[in-house]
Amino acid sequence: MAMESVEAVVAHIQGLSGSQEEVAHLHALLKQSEDALRSQAARLGAFLHQLDPSVHTLGYLFLLEAYSSDPVCREQDGDFLLSIVEFINSCSAEQIRLAPEKFISVCKSFKDKVMQLQVPIQGIVPLRTAIRKLQVSSEQLTTLHSDYLLLCLLAKCYKAGLSILDDDIFEVDQPRDLFLYCYYGGMINIGLKSYRKAWECLHNVITAPMTTLNAIAVEAYKKYILVSIILNGQVPLFPKYTSSTAQRNLKSHTQPYIDLANCYATGTFAELEGCIQTNLEKFQSDSNLGLVKQVLSSLYKRNIQRLTQTYLTLSLQDIANAAQLKTPREAEMHVLQMIQDGEIFATINQKDGMVSFHEDPEQYKTCGMIEHIDSSIHRLMALSQKLGSLDEHMSCDPAYLTRIGKERPRFDFDEFDSVPHKFL
Amino acid sequence: MGAVSDGRVSLTARGSKSSAVHRSQHPAILLGFCEAILSWNSRSRVKTRVATMDDDDDDDEAMRSNGGAVDDLSSRAGKGAAGGELMDVEAYAALYTGRTKVARLLFIAGRCGNEAMQLEALRMAHDEIKKGEDSHLYREVTAKIGGRLGPRYALDQSWADTVDRRAEVRKEKLENELTGYKTNLIKESIRMGFNDLADYFYDHGQLGDAFKNYVRTRDYCTTSKHIIHMCLSVILVSIELGQFTHVSNYVSKAEQTPEQLDLVTHSKLRCAAGLAYLETKKYKLAARKFLETGPELGNNYTDMIAPQDVAIYGGLCALASFDRTELKNKVLDNINFRNFLELVPEVRELINDFYASRYASCLEYLENLKPNLLLDIHLHDHVETLYTEIRHKAIIQYTHPFISVDLHMMAGAFKTNVAGLEKELEALIADNQIQARIDSHNKILYARHADQRNATFQRALQTGIEFERDVRAVLVRANLIKQESILKAAKKP
Repeated sequence: MAMESVEAVVAHIQGLSGSQEEVAHLHALLKQSEDALRSQAARLGAFLHQLDPSVHTLGYLFLLEAYSSDPVCREQDGDFLLSIVEFINSCSAEQIRLAPEKFISVCKSFKDKVMQLQVPIQGIVPLRTAIRKLQVSSEQLTTLHSDYLLLCLLAKCYKAGLSILDDDIFEVDQPRDLFLYCYYGGMINIGLKSYRKAWECLHNVITAPMTTLNAIAVEAYKKYILVSIILNGQVPLFPKYTSSTAQRNLKSHTQPYIDLANCYATGTFAELEGCIQTNLEKFQSDSNLGLVKQVLSSLYKRNIQRLTQTYLTLSLQDIANAAQLKTPREAEMHVLQMIQDGEIFATINQKDGMVSFHEDPEQYKTCGMIEHIDSSIHRLMALSQKLGSLDEHMSCDPAYLTRIGKERPRFDFDEFDSVPHKFL
Repeated sequence: MGAVSDGRVSLTARGSKSSAVHRSQHPAILLGFCEAILSWNSRSRVKTRVATMDDDDDDDEAMRSNGGAVDDLSSRAGKGAAGGELMDVEAYAALYTGRTKVARLLFIAGRCGNEAMQLEALRMAHDEIKKGEDSHLYREVTAKIGGRLGPRYALDQSWADTVDRRAEVRKEKLENELTGYKTNLIKESIRMGFNDLADYFYDHGQLGDAFKNYVRTRDYCTTSKHIIHMCLSVILVSIELGQFTHVSNYVSKAEQTPEQLDLVTHSKLRCAAGLAYLETKKYKLAARKFLETGPELGNNYTDMIAPQDVAIYGGLCALASFDRTELKNKVLDNINFRNFLELVPEVRELINDFYASRYASCLEYLENLKPNLLLDIHLHDHVETLYTEIRHKAIIQYTHPFISVDLHMMAGAFKTNVAGLEKELEALIADNQIQARIDSHNKILYARHADQRNATFQRALQTGIEFERDVRAVLVRANLIKQESILKAAKKP
């Protein structure tokens, strides 16, 4: 078909951005003229100014995508970032959803540029807006999620990442997105020191269905081991639903970490330090050294916590001996830190050099606690309803029924046949 | 020192017996020794001792006939005994007959640190073996003696050779007879043939072959008597071989015979079962079996176990594994078992002390018994475990009725210092055997009862959190798998 000129395309865009059918028509036209646009990428910059992003979103998008996919233009345009930001802020969501891949590719080039210029912080807000516009529902995972989290990590704006992380994700388009998303999510939570959530994210990565081992899972497993040790003191076994690929292969790639876990289990501080020293370069090259140091300090905490279970009062000297610290002064500092973090309940009597351990003062009688329990109950009921409906949905699925039908035992006619014959 | 006129041994009873004097050199002792042998030969259980002799040493002899397996307490009461604990090897060995006697003597010789005792044991083993037909064992023992006991105990090669030759001849004869019987197809004679062959192997120390042949008689057993005889023989051989699974199997086989077992056999089977459980560390079951053994056992099973052993094994296992009610019902109120306990008064005393919370004396009895128990062929591996169990039970029982316990007093009761006691308590608390907390500043142990209400709330909230986490993960995973399957379905055509 004839190569339409850019002007003609622009005219179409301006003309056909009214109602929905027009937009659909426009979409078809635009798809046909993609190559033309690409070849003329350099000239497109000028035309962009003729279009209004909020009204002519789809057209603008196509032009912008063609423009940004050309590396030369990207380099030269100083306002490149600005124009994209403007576009993202003012575009209309429905039109974007007609051509999501284009949108995603625009955002990706935006992210690349931001990283190249080493100003990741500038990209955070625009990308967040982009995610919100692209998502059909807040439960959907898009490719942009992982890019967003990556920028948050690079800019060290962990709290910004939290707002996206707090959404529960239930729909995933591309499995690969999930890996990266959960991995970065885990890292952000580690940065915020909320180890429980980090554990959840990393757990999702390693138990996700996978047929071949990928590097993200290996790295995630390394962090998973460290976080498990900090949280629980031990690394749990793989749950049954982990893919066999993961179960067989993950351990062989992460040997130093497993050694560390075993060393931790034996409990002596000197051994643990020794173990860390021997594997120092590996930890550093994986940039996990910070986590490893936290593992070390968690050993003290665990020992001290065990003491709270057996003693009512204990001298600082005894605590120092039991937790293998060097002086009572250090023991006092550790205990103080733990009291402040809310990990133990105790009072330090400096005159006698004694620490008295108390029970958890939570009586579960306050209004706040009742509200908390109430909201938990509601949340859980909603979740289990979701689960129930998923189960129902699946049991009506034809593929499932065919499979069940094939495998059920040969019956005698008295037995109730659970699968209708039409599915056989 | 005064002679103690009843069978009870008190800690101060035996004062002046010098363990440096060798028994066989003292005429009065020989007298008492004969007396003792006569009383054993007549197979009467000596419950209480009649004071007929004033001589200290004879007292010791007769008192030994009460508790032969139990040690000579005086030498341990610190009267300057050379080397410490000297068990009366002769009296101990006199409780047994047959191969177990030799095995036990060899075990003692191997384990005790004392040269005199070792030689004594080896000497007795040698004498016993010479009465039998096992040349292999004979060579072993003479090698161990190594000429230390003089020329009479050196290797008598001619004797060994004669025995071997006799054995060959007998074996041929038996095998010929057996083939003869087999052609005749008379069940009873085949059974007897196999039995005789197995007995022959047993006498000559070839236990594996003995075992096989005893098992072979099984197919030819016609009456329950035969079956029981076969089971008992197999049990005996298996115990010596150390294969306690077979012991349990054959005990149950024997008990399944339709005919009512006579009491002696019943007791024998109980003992065997108890021994099997003991070796497999199932102390509670072992205790139950030993406690059910009837007094009819008497001296009928000396080729495996002595009644003193039943008392000791049963008593210690019960103490280590029963709770208080069971201890009272099955041990203290058990009339049958009382007969056995009379033979070993220390065990009776120590159980009573434990029940009455006199822990110091209970633990003292235990310590006194320990060296001899370490020389017992069946119990030696289990002594440490049983003792730790008993000590733990004692500590738990001590702290149970109180809200607060002063650690100094408790340490005194358990003969340890406060620091050591704290460590033991810490281990027990961490293990959740004691519900308490230690106030290390004031050295008091406070009982602590967990607040059920709070604990329930906590658990409920925790379960909620875990449920949420798992369900969310499931939903994500289900979605992923769905996507995969859609992809696959799309790729197919």
